[in-house]
Amino acid sequence: MHRTWRRFSSYRAGVLAAAYVLLLVLVALATPFLPGPDPRQISNEVMQAPSFAHLLGTDELGRDVLSGILHGVEVSLTVGFAAALAATVIGVVIGATAGYYGGALDLLVMRIAEVFQVVPSFILAAVIVALSGPGLTRVVTVIALLAWPQVARLMRGEVMRIKGLEFVDAVRCLGVREPVILATEVIPNALAPVLAAGTLIVAQAILLEAALSFLGLSSADLVSWGRMLNSGQRFLYNAWWLSVFPGTAIFLTVLAFNLLGDAIGAALNPRAEA
Amino acid sequence: MRRSLLARFLLARLGWAIPVILAILIVNFLIIHIVPGDPIQALIGDFPAPPGYADQIRHEFGLDQPVLTQLGLYLLNLAKGQLGFSFANRQPVLGLILQRAQFTLILMLPALALAASLGIVMALAAAPRAGSLYDSGLTALSLVGFSLPIFWLGQLLVIMFAIKLHLLPAQGMFSLRTRLTGWPYVLDVLWHLILPMFAVTIYYVAIVARVARASVLDALSQDFVLTAKAKGLSRRRVLWRHVLPNALIPVVTVIGYNFGYSLTGAILVETVFAWPGLGNLFITSIGNRDYPVLQGIFLLTAIAVVIANVATDLVYASLDPRVRSTGLRHA
Repeated sequence: MHRTWRRFSSYRAGVLAAAYVLLLVLVALATPFLPGPDPRQISNEVMQAPSFAHLLGTDELGRDVLSGILHGVEVSLTVGFAAALAATVIGVVIGATAGYYGGALDLLVMRIAEVFQVVPSFILAAVIVALSGPGLTRVVTVIALLAWPQVARLMRGEVMRIKGLEFVDAVRCLGVREPVILATEVIPNALAPVLAAGTLIVAQAILLEAALSFLGLSSADLVSWGRMLNSGQRFLYNAWWLSVFPGTAIFLTVLAFNLLGDAIGAALNPRAEA
Repeated sequence: MRRSLLARFLLARLGWAIPVILAILIVNFLIIHIVPGDPIQALIGDFPAPPGYADQIRHEFGLDQPVLTQLGLYLLNLAKGQLGFSFANRQPVLGLILQRAQFTLILMLPALALAASLGIVMALAAAPRAGSLYDSGLTALSLVGFSLPIFWLGQLLVIMFAIKLHLLPAQGMFSLRTRLTGWPYVLDVLWHLILPMFAVTIYYVAIVARVARASVLDALSQDFVLTAKAKGLSRRRVLWRHVLPNALIPVVTVIGYNFGYSLTGAILVETVFAWPGLGNLFITSIGNRDYPVLQGIFLLTAIAVVIANVATDLVYASLDPRVRSTGLRHA
C-alpha cells in the first residue's frame, strides 16, 4: 500500500489530477450551497461579456456562465462516476465468470463484448437516447451498457491468469466451493487493472454525456456543460465566452480523469519501474 | 499458394464479420422496441406521415405477430434495402444516407490521410529521442487529443479563424452567394474544408502518433536497424528506408480499426460547421424526431465499421505474411 502510494505520487501529473478531481467532488457536494446567482435565474443582463459582475459573462437569457459551470460539475461527475461504477461492476462479474468457467459461456460473452467494441458507440448511444427520451438515468444506463466490455476483457484475462496460480489450488484443496473461490480469492486479486480502466471510463462517460447534451439530447432544465456548448453554438459570432469556458471545464475534467487513470494504472502495476 | 492462403484468410474474416453484422441488425431491432409506447413510432418518426402509412408499416413489419416473426420480417425488409421513409426529407432513408455519406467522406478521408502522415512524421522525429522534451511533448499532445471534446475544438477554430481573424469561412461546404462551377467550385469547397478537416485531423493525430511512436521505437530496437547503421548508412536513410516501412504496419491497422472513432469525430465536427454530411443529417433528424433516419445512420455506419475492420485485416495480411498463415486477428 505504502509503496503503491509512493509510486503514484511520483507521477506529478497524476497527483495534480487527483487534487483537481477532489476539488470537483467538493464543488459537486456543495452545489446547493454555492454562492452566486442560481444558474437557471433569468435576468435582464443578457449576453454580457466577462466582467467583475459576471466573471465569465452571461448567456442569451442573462444567466451567469460561471454559476452554470459550477453547477454543471454535479451532472458531469454523477454521470461519470455512476456510469463507470455500473460498467465496472457489470464488466467484473461477466468477465470474471467467463474467464473462470471458460467454455461456451466464455465464447458467447466475448463475442457479445466484441460486437459492442466494434459498433460506433457514440452513435448508438445518441440513437437510443433520442428514441427513448433524455434523462440522466437513461444516459448512465446507455454509457454503462456500452463501456462494460472494456472491463470484462481485462477482467477475463486477469482471472484466467490468476486461476492457474498455486494459491488458488491450495484454497481448492481446503474444500472451498468454486463460486466462493472466485469471489473471495480470484476477483480481489484481479481488481488492480480494473481500477485504472474504471477511471478512464469516467473520462469517456463525461465526454460522451457532454457530446449528447451538445446535440440537444439532455433535459433542457438540467444545467450541464454540454448543454451550455449547445447554446454557445448558436452565438459563436457574438458571445465567444459561451463556448470557451464550458468547453474548458469539460476538457480539463476529462484530461484529469485520463491522467489519473494512467497514473493509477502505472502505480498499481508492480512490474513498472517507478 | 499465396493467393489461396489469402483467400482462406478472407473467408475466416468473413466468418467473423457476418455474425457481427447480424448482431448489429438485432441491436437495431431491439432499439425499436425500447421506445416508450408503440414501436410504430420508432419506425415512422414524429414527422406527420400520410394516413394509412402507419397501417402499411404495421403490416409490413408484422407488429401484431410474435416477436420472432417480427425479427424475421425486419431482417427481410432490411435485406430488400427497406430502411423506411423519411417524411421530413421526403425520400427513402437509404438513398438519403448514402447521398449524405459522400460529403462526410469528403471531410473524413483527407483528414485521415493528413493525420496519418502527420502522426508518422511526428513519431519518426520523436521516437529516436525517447525521453527528450520533444518526445514527452508528443505524448502530452496525444493525451490532450484524447481529452478534447471535438465539437468544442471545432467551435474554438471557428471563433479564432473565422470570426476573429476573418481568414476562413465558418460554416457550410460552399459559398451561398455565388453559383460557381468547375474548378472555382472545387477550390471553394476546399476553402470551406480547411477548418473542419483540421479539427478532425487534430482529433485523429492523437491516436496515430501514440501508436506510431510505439512502433517506431520497436522497429528501432530490431537487429536489422543495427545492421543498417553498421553498414554506415546515414541516420535519415536508416529511418526512412528501414524503420518506416516496418513501423507502418501497426499504423495501418490503428487507422482501419478506428474507422468508427473517426466517423464519430467527423459527425460531431459536421454539426459545428454545418457541413452537409451524415452529422448534419443526424442532428436535424434528432430535431425532427425522424427516427428511421437515426437508426439507418447507426446501421450503415456500424456495417461500414465492420467492413473497414475486415479490409484492414486484409491489408495487414498482405503486408505481413506471418498473419496469413494463422488466420488470426491481431496475430
